[in-house]
Amino acid sequence: MQRHDDLIMTEEQTHSDNTSSTPPAETGVKKSDTGQHDAPTKSERLTVGNLGVAFSGNSAIRNITMSFRDGKATAIIGPSGCGKSTLLRALNRMHDIIPTAKVTGEILLDGENVMQMDAVTVRRRIGMVFQKPNPFPTMSIFDNAVAGLRFNGITKRSLLKEVAEESLMKSALWDEVKDRLKQPAMSLSGGQQQRLCIARALAVEPEILLMDEPTSALDPIATAKIEELIHELKTSYTIVIVTHNMQQAARVSDYTAFMYMGELVETGKTRSIFTNPTKKQTEDYITGRFG
Amino acid sequence: MERRITISKSSIARRKIINHIMLGLCALSVVLALIPLALIMFYTVKEGISALNWDFFTHLPKPVGEPGGGMANAIVGTLTIVGMASLIGVPVGILSGVYLAEFGKGMFATVIRFLTEVMSGLPSIIVGIFVYTIVVKPMGHFSAYAGAVSLAILMIPTITKTTEELLKLVPQTLREAGLALGAPKWIVTTRVVISAAAKGIITGMMLAIARIAGETAPLLFTALNNRFWHQGLDQPVASLPVQIFTYAVAPYDDWHAQAWAGATVLIMMVFILSVVVRVVAGGGKFTVQQ
Ligand SMILES: Nc1ncnc2c1ncn2[C@@H]1O[C@H](COP(=O)(O)OP(=O)(O)OP(=O)(O)O)[C@@H](O)[C@H]1O
Ligand SMILES: [Mg+2]
Repeated sequence: MQRHDDLIMTEEQTHSDNTSSTPPAETGVKKSDTGQHDAPTKSERLTVGNLGVAFSGNSAIRNITMSFRDGKATAIIGPSGCGKSTLLRALNRMHDIIPTAKVTGEILLDGENVMQMDAVTVRRRIGMVFQKPNPFPTMSIFDNAVAGLRFNGITKRSLLKEVAEESLMKSALWDEVKDRLKQPAMSLSGGQQQRLCIARALAVEPEILLMDEPTSALDPIATAKIEELIHELKTSYTIVIVTHNMQQAARVSDYTAFMYMGELVETGKTRSIFTNPTKKQTEDYITGRFG
Repeated sequence: MERRITISKSSIARRKIINHIMLGLCALSVVLALIPLALIMFYTVKEGISALNWDFFTHLPKPVGEPGGGMANAIVGTLTIVGMASLIGVPVGILSGVYLAEFGKGMFATVIRFLTEVMSGLPSIIVGIFVYTIVVKPMGHFSAYAGAVSLAILMIPTITKTTEELLKLVPQTLREAGLALGAPKWIVTTRVVISAAAKGIITGMMLAIARIAGETAPLLFTALNNRFWHQGLDQPVASLPVQIFTYAVAPYDDWHAQAWAGATVLIMMVFILSVVVRVVAGGGKFTVQQ
């Protein structure tokens, strides 16, 4: 896949306005005012326009307009409860299965409307690692790692073995489990389970990987390995990572989005967000004055 | 202001005492529940042991006055009817439960759920009469089919209800994990959700089978009885409960002993079935987390 770093480097830092009096999301209007979508720039794999999610009528996030670039990692930061997970879960249609959830606005995957695509296809292309580890309790470590392949009809033993080893290596779990692949996944520690879930998500080779605080249960060594992995994966995947760890966001991400109370306060290059935030709230948050 | 939460020695001692009392009450309840069970087992075996011999398992009933004979046809009949009823009732019950828990939304599901609850309270004799009207009458005679249908109707609501409740216990995060891998819903349902609840569902199925194996009333209206080896599934067929009933109300001592023996065999059959299914299903392997 071709990279378009040059395009991104020249782009101005974008930020949405979080005052509700302004008409919703100028950047979203650009794409939808004619009723016909301009092809997004090649580097923008995934764009959201004026996205909102409400649970039983209570808005959890609103007016979110931003894009996630190909070959880049985008970090989403913000205080607990500000809607980071909610945003992430909207991207791969996870809210479909919550009857009270209502998603509004637009999400485009390579220019195609995610809300109108087949949800299974969307999730096949946009993988996810959840905030809490959720291995399949009836399956062994090995079966968990290759569950996605099996669900998609792949049964060739040698291929499954190969992929299991590869994914578990990437998620920095292989050395700990290579002699006990047949044991139940629930026999692993919480952090090991989380790395197993990362391996499981990697095994199906999604194009975009959503990671919801993937390292919150991990020790510094495993965390460093996962961060290394994210660096590696960036060359072929688009990564979105939610994190509470500012250093982590600074280390692994190329772009950072700061959310507060369900709104996108500011988004831009990680370097500029951390060195030169344009909004007071962002500055307060990253310098640890609140949140 | 500093506040410290302290727990006094005496309150700890009191808790310990309460703990012991409660544990004692639990143990007592278990014993109370087991006493009737043990007594029934003991009494049944004691009364029936004299008639429990090889002939009992291999011979047909003898006419009144002739000693000996057995319930071979009733044993085979019960296995046949219960087997056929399970073939109908287990799939229908489990699929309905899966539908209600995973797919059912809106009015239709609410109605099904309500009807299931009503059906589970239906007296078995009513089911017998119902099947008599819709199967036996049109066919013109009693049959193993009719017996199986009536027992299936009795087991469906139990299996549906347990399946639904157990699937609802499976954490939503597991469904999400499956869906996020790009698996279609039916695969997530079968390979993740049902498998997580499998042990409980199998237990529910066992309870339902055990319950219908001893049903007598509906069989009186459907399968009736037969003194001979069964002559086809569309013919009346003997079953242990009906045979036990017939022999128990008859005024002959050796028939009474045989009725007790029949009861012992029925209990044993249910017992063996439970053990076999448990072993096959893999003991404690399937568990719902959390
Ligand atoms: N299924 C749901 N039903 C109702 N409300 C929900 C649901 N999921 C999230 N919310 C609400 O949406 C808001 C945002 O939640 P979200 O989980 O996205 O926060 P978050 O930024 O991920 O927080 P954290 O950092 O603690 O994970 C919260 O107020 C939460 O109560
Ligand atoms: Mg979250």
